Amino acid sequence: MRPANSFIGSPIERIEDLRFLRGRGTYVSDLTRPNQLHAVILRSPEAHGHLRAVDATRALAHPGVHAVITAADLGASVPRIPLRLQPLPELEPFHQPMLAHDKVRYVGEPIAVVIAETAGIAEDALDLIDLRIDPLPAITDKASADAAASVLFEAHGSNRAMVWTATRGDAEAAFASADLILKHSFKVQRHAAMFMEPRGFMAEWNPQTQKLTVWGAAKVAWTNRRILATAMEIPEGSVELIEVDVGGGFGSRGEFYPEDYLIPAASRIVGRPIKWTEDRREHLMSANHARDIECDVEMAVASDGKILGLRGMAFADIGAYFRTNGSVGPRNVSQFMSGPYKIENIHLQSTQLTTNKTPSGTYRGPGRFETDFIRERMIDLAAGKLGLDPVAMRRRNLVADADMPYPLASITPYDSSTELDSGDYHHVFDLCLKEFGWDEKSALQGKLIDGRYHGLSVGSFIEGGAAGPKEDARLVLETDGSLTVYLGSSAVGQGLQTIMTQIAADAMEMPFDRIRVLHGSTSHVTEGFGSYHSRSTVMGGSAILLAADKLKGMIREAAAAKFGCAAADVQIDGETVTANGASCPLSGLAAEPLDVEATFFNKKYTYAYGTQAAHVSVDPGTGHVRVHDYLSVEDVGRMINPLTLHGQAIGGIVQGLGGTFLEHLIYDEHGQLLTGSLADYLMPTASDFPVIRSITLELKPSPNNPLGAKGAGEGGIIPVGGIIANAVANALAHLDVQPMELPLSPPRVWRLIRDAQEAKRAM
Amino acid sequence: MSMKIEFEVNGKPVSVDVDPRLSLADCLRYDLGLTGTHLGCEHGVCGACTVIVNGAAVRSCLMLAVQAAGEKVVTVEGLSNDEALTPLQASFRKHHALQCGFCTPGMVTTAHALLTHEPDCDEERVRDVLSGNICRCTGYIPIVEAVLDARSAYGSKGE
Repeated sequence: MRPANSFIGSPIERIEDLRFLRGRGTYVSDLTRPNQLHAVILRSPEAHGHLRAVDATRALAHPGVHAVITAADLGASVPRIPLRLQPLPELEPFHQPMLAHDKVRYVGEPIAVVIAETAGIAEDALDLIDLRIDPLPAITDKASADAAASVLFEAHGSNRAMVWTATRGDAEAAFASADLILKHSFKVQRHAAMFMEPRGFMAEWNPQTQKLTVWGAAKVAWTNRRILATAMEIPEGSVELIEVDVGGGFGSRGEFYPEDYLIPAASRIVGRPIKWTEDRREHLMSANHARDIECDVEMAVASDGKILGLRGMAFADIGAYFRTNGSVGPRNVSQFMSGPYKIENIHLQSTQLTTNKTPSGTYRGPGRFETDFIRERMIDLAAGKLGLDPVAMRRRNLVADADMPYPLASITPYDSSTELDSGDYHHVFDLCLKEFGWDEKSALQGKLIDGRYHGLSVGSFIEGGAAGPKEDARLVLETDGSLTVYLGSSAVGQGLQTIMTQIAADAMEMPFDRIRVLHGSTSHVTEGFGSYHSRSTVMGGSAILLAADKLKGMIREAAAAKFGCAAADVQIDGETVTANGASCPLSGLAAEPLDVEATFFNKKYTYAYGTQAAHVSVDPGTGHVRVHDYLSVEDVGRMINPLTLHGQAIGGIVQGLGGTFLEHLIYDEHGQLLTGSLADYLMPTASDFPVIRSITLELKPSPNNPLGAKGAGEGGIIPVGGIIANAVANALAHLDVQPMELPLSPPRVWRLIRDAQEAKRAM
Repeated sequence: MSMKIEFEVNGKPVSVDVDPRLSLADCLRYDLGLTGTHLGCEHGVCGACTVIVNGAAVRSCLMLAVQAAGEKVVTVEGLSNDEALTPLQASFRKHHALQCGFCTPGMVTTAHALLTHEPDCDEERVRDVLSGNICRCTGYIPIVEAVLDARSAYGSKGE
């Protein structure tokens, strides 16, 4: 027997890199179709108003312009975008129309589509469309939403759309018995996924076959096909969505946006292939925003540091419409505030407010980044009040291994319950402290060295993964003996092709280079669920394992027929099958390809978990915070590729640092987006955070799937805001500076220092 | 109105008719089919469109195609005529210095221009030069490691 494959767990260099590094990737804007025209979207310049007239006469007369499509061209009623997740019927009034008609509700909302010979000509024609909008007062934050000088959805009558409630135990009793009740308010600023490849589509309607092909699918192609087919009133089977290389997703890319419909609809109206690529300014005002919450929260604590309960209300500014997954972040803020800690009594609510800003959706660690900021700050603040060591207080409250599985708060409406699956949270916590050198570095806590105050902090987190309900994999043993894997999972830049090849190679005991993985396009499997909620590896990978078992059964049967023996006597040894002394290569086994499909069903989430620690220093003169060291230790149950997992952990942390220090989508009181370029919307660059460390463990496999893997890759980002804010508070403990709001930009930190100094002088 | 321009791309002479307002990036991508050069922001911040013009790293979204007349342009496709990865590209792969791959062409061309001129550059210099290119996936640490590790292939005398 040849030695067994061991690709899983090995740092395999990625297959994808070979094309990406030589400029041979194919992203959607790299595509060209014969006879194509270009689309450009006219977007609302007003945040809120009645749309009275759209006159395209002058634009249509412009040489090279073929069409200007407005809401009137979309049929008797303009289709709207349904919710993909938590599709509550009472939210239907808040669904976004594909094109604005009666009202505009945010700057950037699509009003018309210009089709022209080139994108440049179409852009020229934008200025030739005459718009008449009667402006209404713009609602831009919680205060103005509540003051309601105008209401976005008049029939609903209020700018408060809905409320989520998370409950566990008896919060009222817990607060009645508490030694300390701590109450604080927090804010996390609006920012966004900001993937590097702008969104785009190529759509081609074939009038003869009445079929539609759309290139540029990502994340959830099968769901989007359903939405698109419904909106276009054609059968699902007439639509093919094709995934090409995708330049980053992070939750935002691949959700159904108005353009997902407008570009295909334009192709049907004009009868030619239509290409569209957004520019960065459009991206900033049209792709999903995220975070943007305020929260008033109370924590009940016993004098020994045991956290007894949490209660409070978060207000999530979700922008002008409910996008496909617009409830996930706000809901998660309430459901996951307890994180990895044993907090038995919870009553937390999240109110979703509609405002005249770009609609929001998920961004890596949705709701979790925000809620971890609040929780980790509250723990440090409580420890400070009680005179306890915040490290000891965390250890005191982490969920114990013996408590697993541990149920979290239940959420309603669209009821869901979930439980932490497995883990040794204390072990990982202590390992992080040890690897960070906590004891040695503790001497730096609050110290002034060369003009900078140093601070340390540590905190823990959980990361949900593996959303159901299922995933499909189809395995085909080709007649040349190679294996083709078709998968319902989607690639968004995470290295799916390599990971799935590793899993298939081990499952089938075949060489790496004999396996081809095809994924993400609707033609590959009957139904697919895509990539979100850190689910691809667990769901797609498990489906491959199940399909591989079936395929091996078929191979044995085929060999048994060939050799005239029982299937049980057949042995598969890599690319050779043997039975009773006879042998045959896989390539010589059958005249037809052997084709199997299998589905992995899953109802239970996986929970990877970990602890992070930070060492920062603050310049009191400028408010600048330097990150000297940042360490993450995470247990993912089982690692498929340490190289890619490590890369995603580091990348997630740096995104979290971006959200903590830099990134901010700022609006003025008229609802105009002031950060409309990457020169205004600051993202981390190579010189910002040079020391980030990550350690990944395979301590406690998930009991919920055959791989034992837990969804991972989002996790790094989750606790960063809370941990950094605590480190800054510890650095400035002599002034009792307590950051309650992100981002910790130099001006904000400088103001906190100045205010604290003035307060001290006044005492 | 279009203008005829001639320049050299990846060692070969090219001749194209372009609008004077066409960017070099759009010319490379759509007139010459060299789609390895990516456009991430079109306002000179993200660096994805970086190409090498007469040896210098240049943002092709901020340069007009007509300005390239008579110049020597190298894109990511032209870093090697070989099928194998260049040592710099192989180092990116080894260090997992790319995920979605969209910023990668700009990172590789920027690093190539840097190492060609300064094979002995230190970590701080690498970070400083790469700080003009945005990567959303990697957190930059593996990119810096990859560039530092590739210095020997450019004749670095070592530290």
